[in-house]
Amino acid sequence: MTYRALELRQPAPLPHEAELRAEVRAFLATEEFVPLCDAWLAGHDPCFSRRLGVGGFIGMTIPVRYGGHGRSVLERYVVTEELLAAGAPVAAHWIADRQTAPLLLHYGTEDQRERFLPLIARGECFFSLGMSEPDSGSDLASVTTAATPVDGGFLVTGRKVWTSHAHHSHFMLTLCRTGPAGESRHEGLSQLIVDLQAPGVDVRPIALLSGEHHFNEVVLDDVFVPDALVLGTLGAGWTQVMSELAYERSGPERLLSTYPVLAELVRAVGPAPDAARAAAIGRLVAQLVALRRLSRSVAAALEAGETPLVEAALVKEVGTRYERAVTELARLQLPIEPHLGAGGRLEELVAQAILAGPGFTLRAGTSEIMRGIVARGLGVR
Amino acid sequence: MSELKLLEETLAELFARELKDGADPAAMWQRLEEAGLTLAGVPEEAGGGGGGLDEATLVVRVAARHAAPGPIAETGLLAGWLLAAAGLAVPEGPLTAAAGGSLALRRDGDGWLLDGAAPRVPWARAVERIAVLAGGQVALVPVQQATLSLSANLAGEPRDDVAFDGVRIDAAQVGAVGDRIDAEAFHRRGALARAAAIAGALERVLELTVQYSGERVQFGRPIGRFQAVQQEIALLAGEVMAARAAVDAAVERPDLLRVASAKIRAGEAATRAAEIAHQVHGALGYTEEHRLHHFTLRLWAWRDEFGSEEQWARALGEQVAAGGGDGLWLLLTTTEEEQE
Repeated sequence: MTYRALELRQPAPLPHEAELRAEVRAFLATEEFVPLCDAWLAGHDPCFSRRLGVGGFIGMTIPVRYGGHGRSVLERYVVTEELLAAGAPVAAHWIADRQTAPLLLHYGTEDQRERFLPLIARGECFFSLGMSEPDSGSDLASVTTAATPVDGGFLVTGRKVWTSHAHHSHFMLTLCRTGPAGESRHEGLSQLIVDLQAPGVDVRPIALLSGEHHFNEVVLDDVFVPDALVLGTLGAGWTQVMSELAYERSGPERLLSTYPVLAELVRAVGPAPDAARAAAIGRLVAQLVALRRLSRSVAAALEAGETPLVEAALVKEVGTRYERAVTELARLQLPIEPHLGAGGRLEELVAQAILAGPGFTLRAGTSEIMRGIVARGLGVR
Repeated sequence: MSELKLLEETLAELFARELKDGADPAAMWQRLEEAGLTLAGVPEEAGGGGGGLDEATLVVRVAARHAAPGPIAETGLLAGWLLAAAGLAVPEGPLTAAAGGSLALRRDGDGWLLDGAAPRVPWARAVERIAVLAGGQVALVPVQQATLSLSANLAGEPRDDVAFDGVRIDAAQVGAVGDRIDAEAFHRRGALARAAAIAGALERVLELTVQYSGERVQFGRPIGRFQAVQQEIALLAGEVMAARAAVDAAVERPDLLRVASAKIRAGEAATRAAEIAHQVHGALGYTEEHRLHHFTLRLWAWRDEFGSEEQWARALGEQVAAGGGDGLWLLLTTTEEEQE
C-alpha cells in the first residue's frame, strides 16, 4: 500500500470576476422570486430559466458556434455561485446546463450538438437523468433497462426512479444496457437520449417526504429511440458517465444548497449578536471559506483539463455534510419552530433545509461511496 | 513545476535529511539559514530571504510536516516581519517575538526603557534576541535582559513567560511601526502561522494513518481493508484538505475573514484528525515510541495558540453580523482589486 497525497491546485485569479458577479446580480435584481433552499432541485421555473438564458447565463461554456457563450469553467462557476447564493429558481435547466451540454460537446455528434446545444443555452430545452432504477442505486452498473436494436434505432424497456423533474423535462439521458456486462460489469452500457413525449413513456410522480413532487418513476415500454439519439459510443456509457462526475460532484451546489439559511440567520441575529451566536456564525462562515476554496481548486483543475475524481468526491462528502450542519446550527440559535409557509424567513428556510437535507448526502453518489473513493485515492485498501 | 512546488520539495528533502535519528537540530537550523529560508518572506533589504507570505508560510507548513524543532515561524513570520517593518536589520540566528501583555516602551534620554511582561512567549529560552512590539515601536532585545519563567505547551515546545524590568535599549535597536502594526495584527499573523503549521502536521498525520492501515493486520487482513476504517480515513482526509484550503485562502489574502477562517478550520481539523488518527493507530499510536505523537501533540497545542477556534469564531461572527445578511455574500466574494 502506497500513500498518495491529494493535490490542491491554486486557483488563478479570474479576470473580471467582479464585473461578472455584478452582471449576475444586476440580472437577479430585476427578477422577483422568494429565495429557496436547495433551489437547484426545488426551484423549477421554466420562465426564469428562459430569461436567464436570454441573459447569457446558461450554456456559458458552450462554444459560440453552438449558441453558447464560450466562457471558461471558472466563469460558469462564479455565475452558478451567485445564482445559488441568491436562492434563485434554477432547477429547470440545471441538468441540461451542468451535465448534458458538456457530454454532448464531448461525445455528441455534430447533428446532436447543433440540435440541442442552442436550445439548452437559451433555457428552452430541459433534461432529466435516467440513472437509478428500483434495484440499482449506488451500484449503478447493475442497471437492467435494456435497449434492443431494431431497424433504425433501439427499443428501450425498463424503469428509472428518483428522476427529478421528468414530468417537465423534454428529454431524459438514459443509461441502459445494450450488451453483456463483461467481467468489469462496466461494459455494454450506453447512453440514449429518450424523448419524454415519445409513445411508451409513462412518467409517474413519486412524492418526497415533504409531499413535494420533484421525483418521478419513468416507465419505458418499448420506447423507440433512433440511432441519431445514441450519445457517444455504444457500450461506452460507463466511461462517459464517469467522465462528467468530477463536474457533477465538486461544484458550488455541493456546499451552497443551504446558503439562504445562513444569510437569513445572520439577518435574524441582528448586527450585535451574543458571543454564542457570533461564534456559531463564525464557524459556519469559516467552513464555507474553506469549502469554496476547495471547490474552486477542483474547478481550476477541471479548467486545466484534469479529471480530479478523488478530489471531487472529497468536496462532495465534506460540502454536503456542511450543508446540513448549516441547518442544524441555524435552528438552534434562535427560539424558532421551523415550518413551511413562513414566507421566506428563517423558520421557512430552515424547514425547507431540514426537509431537503436527506437528499444532500445521497444524490450523485452517497457519502459512503464518496468516502470509499477518497480512501482508494489515498492508497487505502 | 511551479517555484513554490520546487521550494516545497527542497524543504522536504532538507528536513528529512537533517532530522534523521540522532541528528543535531542546530545543524538543521544552519542549513535552513544558509538557504535563506529561516527568513523567507522577510524583505532582502532588511537582511531577509525575500519572497512573499506564500513562501514564508510554506516553510512553516513543511517544517511542521516534519515536526522540525525550533522557532521557525517565530523567526521569519513574526520577528523578521516586525523588525523589517520597523526598519531594523534582522540578525542571524533564531528569534522570537512578543506583543501585547503589559509591555511598554518609553523614551529614556537617547535610548528607550522596556517594562512589562508577556506570557507564554514561544521558544524564549532558546533564542538570543526577541522582537518586542509595544506602543507603535519595535525593539530588538537580548533575551538575557529578561526574566524568564519557563513553561511549555502540550508538545513540550518552550512557552516561557517573559518579564522586563526597566531594560535599557539603544535607540539603534528600536524602530517605529506606528499604527501599521498593532498587537491585534501581531495576533492575527501568529494565528496564520499556527494555522499553516497545523496544515503541515495534518498532512503527515494522514500519511502515517494511511500507511499504518496497510501494515497492521487483524482478522487476517490489513485493517485498511475494513470499510469502517476506510470511511474514517476518508473523513480524516476531508479535514486535512479543508484546513489546507482555508490556509491557502488566508495566505493569498490575510484579512480578518480569511485568517480567522484558517485558524478556525485548522483548529477544528486538528481535533478531528487527531481523534481519527489515534483511533486507527490503536494502542501503539498512544505510546511515546510511535512517532504519531510528534504530530498530534503539536496539533493539540497549536489549535489553542494565538486564539482558539471559539475565540476566532466570535470575532469573525461579530464582523459578519455587523455587515448583515446581504453583506455576507459580498464579504465572501469581494475580490482583492475591488477591496483596493
